[in-house]
Amino acid sequence: MRVFVALVTGLLFGMGLTVSRMVDPAKVLSFLDFGSIPTGTWDPSLAFVMGGALAVTAPAYYFDRLQGKPLIGHILIIPTRDDIDWRLASGSVIFGAGWGLAGICPGPAITALSFGMHEFYVFAAAMLMGMALYQYILMPLTGGAPRGAQGTV
Amino acid sequence: MENFTPWSALAGGILIGLAAAIYVIVLGRVTGISGILGGILQPSRTEVGVQIAFVAGLIAGPFAVALISGPVALPKVTGSYPVLIAAGLLVGIGARLGGGCTSGHGICGNARLSPRSILATVLFMGAGIAMVFVTRRLLGM
Repeated sequence: MRVFVALVTGLLFGMGLTVSRMVDPAKVLSFLDFGSIPTGTWDPSLAFVMGGALAVTAPAYYFDRLQGKPLIGHILIIPTRDDIDWRLASGSVIFGAGWGLAGICPGPAITALSFGMHEFYVFAAAMLMGMALYQYILMPLTGGAPRGAQGTV
Repeated sequence: MENFTPWSALAGGILIGLAAAIYVIVLGRVTGISGILGGILQPSRTEVGVQIAFVAGLIAGPFAVALISGPVALPKVTGSYPVLIAAGLLVGIGARLGGGCTSGHGICGNARLSPRSILATVLFMGAGIAMVFVTRRLLGM
């Protein structure tokens, strides 16, 4: 049952990334291109993706906090940390730099594999290597405590 | 502004939000894609099945859209292979180091007003905007 719910929600998520065109690196880069604002050619569409998503997700998290446990499955695993540390700050800057370089973030990197374009295979392979590199080498070297399967948001 | 597509962006955003909402209410987990991928790379017996199923759904997304509303326009990738490899490594390392990406911090974390996620979102948006400014406006890539 948990696996079925995950499959359906993954499908909805992938459909959302497709419909919104988050899967199109050219569109992502033109959204991030604030230098185009003075010329009137800036494409702000993708701000509506986050707006639409937050409008639905925020009430769900509020509901979850009231309820305290998931409908099925075992326990609610929602990150609760609120401290700011160097990992959060430097990781976000590094992630953003990569995102601005290619216009691809992790969700679209996976969904776009369906388009059968070599560029996406290359990007996804490098991204997964980067993740493995951090988890198996960089994190132990820098004394990071092993995280839960979901990471710490 | 000829490429401005607020309605499809909003519709897609609502689908993403719906997925994140169902996932957290039913399964009690955060839909952070980098966290889910990281989990598959370092599998835990109780979570990996759910994580693989979610990723399978993600991959099937474009096919479902094509079934419902006809052919999906192919994305346009502008980066060369070396640029894509560098960007992929940065995205992979950065998202795991920072504990989340556009989905985990940008949607789930901001939805519950997490200070860590709000800061992360400001930083990765800022870095992305700065990177595009440097590559497009200064280097002319």
